[in-house]
Amino acid sequence: MSTDQSSATTAEAAEATATKTRRGLELQKFALFGALLLLFLIFFIASPNFLTISNISGILLAASVTGILALGVNFVIATGGIDLSVGTGMTLFSVLLAVMGTSAHLGLPLPVAIVLTLVIGALVGMFVGFLVSYMKIPSFIATLAMMMATQGLSLIITSSTPQYFTEHAWFRQIATGQLIPKIPNAVLIFALVALVAWFLMNKTLVGRYAIAIGSNAEATKLSGVNTKRWTLYIYMTAFMFTAVAGIVMASRLNSAQPALGVGYELEAIAAVVIGGTSLAGGRAAIGGTVIGAILMATLNNGLQILGIAQEWQRIAVAIVILVAVWGDSVRRNRAAS
Amino acid sequence: MSNIARRTFGAGIVGALGLTLAACNRGTDSAGGSDGGGETAGSSSGPSIAIISKGFSQQFWVTVRDGAFAAAEELGAQVTFDGPDTESDVEQQIQQLQTALNGSPDAIAYAALDSEASLPLLEQAQSAEIPIIAFDSGVESDIPVSTVATDNEAAAAEAAKKMAELVGEEGSIAVIAHSQTSLTGVQRRDGFVDYIENNTSLTIADIQYSESDVLEATNATNAILQAHQDLKGIFATNEASAIGMVTAIDELGRAEDLISLGFDSGQGQLDAIRDGRMEGAVTQDPYDIGYKTVETALAAINGEEVEPEVDTGYYFYDETNMEEEEIARSLYE
Repeated sequence: MSTDQSSATTAEAAEATATKTRRGLELQKFALFGALLLLFLIFFIASPNFLTISNISGILLAASVTGILALGVNFVIATGGIDLSVGTGMTLFSVLLAVMGTSAHLGLPLPVAIVLTLVIGALVGMFVGFLVSYMKIPSFIATLAMMMATQGLSLIITSSTPQYFTEHAWFRQIATGQLIPKIPNAVLIFALVALVAWFLMNKTLVGRYAIAIGSNAEATKLSGVNTKRWTLYIYMTAFMFTAVAGIVMASRLNSAQPALGVGYELEAIAAVVIGGTSLAGGRAAIGGTVIGAILMATLNNGLQILGIAQEWQRIAVAIVILVAVWGDSVRRNRAAS
Repeated sequence: MSNIARRTFGAGIVGALGLTLAACNRGTDSAGGSDGGGETAGSSSGPSIAIISKGFSQQFWVTVRDGAFAAAEELGAQVTFDGPDTESDVEQQIQQLQTALNGSPDAIAYAALDSEASLPLLEQAQSAEIPIIAFDSGVESDIPVSTVATDNEAAAAEAAKKMAELVGEEGSIAVIAHSQTSLTGVQRRDGFVDYIENNTSLTIADIQYSESDVLEATNATNAILQAHQDLKGIFATNEASAIGMVTAIDELGRAEDLISLGFDSGQGQLDAIRDGRMEGAVTQDPYDIGYKTVETALAAINGEEVEPEVDTGYYFYDETNMEEEEIARSLYE
């Protein structure tokens, strides 16, 4: 009887905390959106060239690759893990696409190569998921190793030379064509990928278990979930986003650039954190991540348009990250007490 | 399909192991193989020269390495070639220099990413009587017995001269520089800007830095073009910056009304110059840089008099002259 009561109270308390957290997330989203609007307003007042359709589409274009990476990383971070391999992983997938899809190498039809790249993305994710769940290697270490391995592989496969898609004139259109006038397709892909990510995170088991594992892996396991296998699926999902980012980037640059990629993992993680996803796991904010990526791109673009030196741009992003996380932790402490 | 995947995994594991092993071995004479970070070549006897470059991923450094290995082969030397992952990894490069120093080679050739940061190690080399040859970019110190490099300021000034010819008397110009810490980045930027400011009536609208990242260069060029709608020309100071510049110009459909000049080569720039999206570029002679570095190092080892500055030359090229022999040799796809 008394145990029943106490468990009921615990459940109620948990429910209440969950509601508060949800409310906190909503609030975070509004605060973030407000910050983005404020940023737009400041840059609009400072420069007549900021708020033009062509510049806005430039900002969204700049946000799209980091944004897609960030959406994928979200799944790993929700489990309480981290993925340091997204930047160089993205490069490897673009390199593999070039190797499979251009006549200088395997010369497969490019659409086939694109599908294969996604499949390889899933397989690499499965491998990393295996390292993390079955081999019990901390995700930080497993993905750090992947980061180095993927970078090395990209350079080895291409002999350190950029690979171009010039023979496939249509390939550039994937990212830079305009199905909707003035909006590059990469932006549409970013939007589509965000919807898919939202759906996966909120409406499917992959997302639900990612969050469950992140909030309490042991409890999730005890409730009968095969957490090892689901961790595998979660990493597969995350790496497919990385593969999509690789394809979009290759299309935008019309080439695979083997030397690129280092540093993008941190930008992606920054976008996720600004968006309100906790690095401790158990929480994911897809909408926030999208806004986080756009916010970072806006900041860089706006400061560049104002001709502000790049070292100050870094500091501005640093401040935004700190303020976002600080605001988030204040709200959470309030919700917890 | 699964075959490719399996091969990828295999290669992934081998690659990961290879990197780890290479990291342990770096700087010793047995290091090498295809990890890209460090390689050895030349005859098995003869003086040893450790070359620390600024990278191994860009084709430019591969061509420098080819020139160095050719010289090692012809003149009889054991040459190791190492470089950091990216051109902002100053610390990694310092570590490689330290490792090279620990191996007590007969000479060290060094392309400094950050010349100030490496001074203590260079002093250490000096007291161990290991001659230092600076290559590609100089070191602001009198420790190196010689500097083997393109005169980057003169080369960038050449680009500025062409820019002024192509743009005309009036207008503003932007620069996408690849680094604000490395000497090549600074010298190319300054050589270009100084020429424009002192010898023309053109103005410099903006200078942004790409850190040799193509995507970063693309986004920066995009922002510059948005901010300066009346821009007449852009100069990019290396391959990655130039590819980013051209990508952004293409995206905004501005190739027609903009003069764009680059630096070095690579397929992306060569294609853009061939089909008129870029007007031209300045190239160094990377093969010659590698070759003369080893040649100069050998001379220093043998106690011969060496020139304090060995100039390896530069050329301006466009679609009209890129097939000419001495230019074609310096260009790489």
